[in-house]
Amino acid sequence: MVQPNPTPAQVAARTASRSADGATGRTVSGEEVTGAESIVRSLESVGVENVFGIPGGAILPLYDPLMDSKQIRHVLVRHEQGGGHAAQGYAHATGKVGVTMATSGPGATNLVTPLADAHMDSVPLVAITGQVAQSLIGTDGFQEADIVGITMPITKHSYLVTDPAEIPRTIAEAFHIASTGRPGPVLVDIAKSAMQATTEFSWPQDLALPGYHPVTKPHAKQIREAAKLLATARRPVLYVGGGVIRSGASEALRRLVDTSGAAVVTTLTARGAVPDSHPQHLGMPGMHGTVPAVAALQKADLVVALGARFDDRVTGRLSSFAPGAAVVHADIDPAEIGKNRPVDVPIVGDLREVIADLVPALEAEHAKGGKPDLAAWWHQLDTWRETYPLGYSPTDDGHLSPQHVISRLGELAGPDAIYAAGVGQHQMWAAQFIRYERPRTWLNSAGLGTMGFAVPAAMGAKVGEPDREVWAIDGDGCFQMTNQELATCAINDIPIKVALINNSSLGMVRQWQTLFYDERYSNTDLHTGHGTRRIPDFVKLADAYGCEGIRVEREDEVDAAIKRAQEIDDRPVVIDFQVSRDAMVWPMVAAGVPNDDIQYARGISPAWDRED
Amino acid sequence: MSRHTLSVLVENKPGVLTRVTALFARRAFNIHSLAVGPTEHEEISRITVVVDVEEHPLEHVTKQLNKLINVIKIVELDPESSVQRELLLVKVRADQATRAGVLEVVDLFRAHVVDVVPDTVVIEATGTAAKLSALLGALEPYGVREIVKSGTLAVGRGSRSITDRALERVRTA
Repeated sequence: MVQPNPTPAQVAARTASRSADGATGRTVSGEEVTGAESIVRSLESVGVENVFGIPGGAILPLYDPLMDSKQIRHVLVRHEQGGGHAAQGYAHATGKVGVTMATSGPGATNLVTPLADAHMDSVPLVAITGQVAQSLIGTDGFQEADIVGITMPITKHSYLVTDPAEIPRTIAEAFHIASTGRPGPVLVDIAKSAMQATTEFSWPQDLALPGYHPVTKPHAKQIREAAKLLATARRPVLYVGGGVIRSGASEALRRLVDTSGAAVVTTLTARGAVPDSHPQHLGMPGMHGTVPAVAALQKADLVVALGARFDDRVTGRLSSFAPGAAVVHADIDPAEIGKNRPVDVPIVGDLREVIADLVPALEAEHAKGGKPDLAAWWHQLDTWRETYPLGYSPTDDGHLSPQHVISRLGELAGPDAIYAAGVGQHQMWAAQFIRYERPRTWLNSAGLGTMGFAVPAAMGAKVGEPDREVWAIDGDGCFQMTNQELATCAINDIPIKVALINNSSLGMVRQWQTLFYDERYSNTDLHTGHGTRRIPDFVKLADAYGCEGIRVEREDEVDAAIKRAQEIDDRPVVIDFQVSRDAMVWPMVAAGVPNDDIQYARGISPAWDRED
Repeated sequence: MSRHTLSVLVENKPGVLTRVTALFARRAFNIHSLAVGPTEHEEISRITVVVDVEEHPLEHVTKQLNKLINVIKIVELDPESSVQRELLLVKVRADQATRAGVLEVVDLFRAHVVDVVPDTVVIEATGTAAKLSALLGALEPYGVREIVKSGTLAVGRGSRSITDRALERVRTA
């Protein structure tokens, strides 16, 4: 009998009974409350302090006791999608579970995008949705949608609660599932009838999750195997993914980087996991990665993937990715290991524990066989770094260079600030040209690629980290998808700053049209700048939303505008940077081609043979 | 492409079957047959699923299934060390002229007649997929009017029970 469960550490081994300890530590047994009160009490008991949501019919009963909570601040958003992304931004920045609330039907369906986004990027999120009364479920009642059914493929788990007695345990489980193992979104859909009924509230709650036992402790044998490979490889690369940030393993990782002497690359979700100033850090790999990062992976003899998932935007054509490398793959999710790329050493575990075990194992290998001589490898890497540094050409149409704007923003706001981006060219430039020194300072929608992520995510991050400067770096296309949350920011004293990289078009799509569609610009012109009618005029729009609006058209105004924005702390600021629409994101590996075909700039590919 | 039988123990809760089958659909795996039923423990149900996949995707789908919160345990049952059976109910035309022939087939396959009317019989048979397909082949000339077939049920040979350890987990969790 074959048991097709290849997790090195046996899931079955961990059968401890667990209970929700409850951040507040209060013990309550059998107090009579309404279901709605039970929800609020449960949320308080798991330690919730901030919720982003918007009420409606089916969730109305919950909003009544919520008003009296002294612990929970509810931020009234203008759209459920904004609430979901704000909860994501909050979770990204703080590491805590983000919480969003919406009503049934359209309220719940508006959460689909944030849920899918959180699922792709492993963001701990709990969404509480109101559902129509139990008697109406299945009858196509007003504002009824089967949100549990709709979101099944895009949540880590979901619940439909019709029995008010189940509320505390369900909420305890939802937070446990969202925040442990590979984090992710959990939906709790609660029938209005359950909120209105009388029930008993008890805390803490025993969790009933017989099928959920994430393995956190890595297998010692696999750690030894990984250490052996790392101690003998001549061209090792640590391929660092977002899992390192989710597990809080950045500190531990520094030791592994230093001990191994290996090259390091950080993916789009892992920017900041290793300081950009670290001498072994080659930058971001992938479609718009640096030449040294992409080349290092291609030429490596060992790739140690840490909380990364061999995404197609990193690997390019999978069959030609890192062709000469043995692969060590460590992840808390066994289903990621070997999913895309065959693995030589699989390690299932929490990266903090994996790395904590790997460092001494590596040191032991060094003690036995000496440290590997990586001088030739570093000579090669340094040559690539010198030959192909990140850079950009100045614009020739008189408009700002977006890379210059973003570089200056990164320099003036510095590594202590938090940066949230939308999706597109501005996101790639922000990933490339800002130097990240700390984890949780770079927030973006990586896996799903959700335009409109920046403003609400920045809002959520600012709520979670009120003392930090929080910048949304957004495009004019993205900004128009979620900028209604500026109202939320202005009214609720959440003074985020928005750097609008306004090229008057859907820039990344336009770049592809330039490169692959014969410069036929089908439906990418947005008319928001450059002598257009400016619809909308973002400065006026900022003003209408009670924000400070600044327009910057000349390079010598860039610094002053950023500094002025930094001085304003009593309202949000929007800077409309009028940048050239012809600026493009380089380097680039076109979709589906081997990473070896990376173009440093248009038509310029590194000549590998000469350097081998 | 090869055929694999997975015995999936799940929590006996609403919606769990949807989660399991939706996962197969989402990851583009083809379900050959499916059988769901209770086990000796009321908290646990068993889904026996037969899939046509290669080795690597099978490992992938098993890992994905294991990620479902309500899935407690998955065991692949290989044909050598397990008993695998299907149930067939088939309605066959059988009048006075042909009934003797039909009944002879029923006897040969150790099947039973469970309903008779003047022009048809309903035959019940259990067995491996191969046996049932041979039976259907033998009945074909008489006129098969309706076929109802269960998914494969399977249990490992020997004394070991895969539900026991799963139950332990349910009880202690």
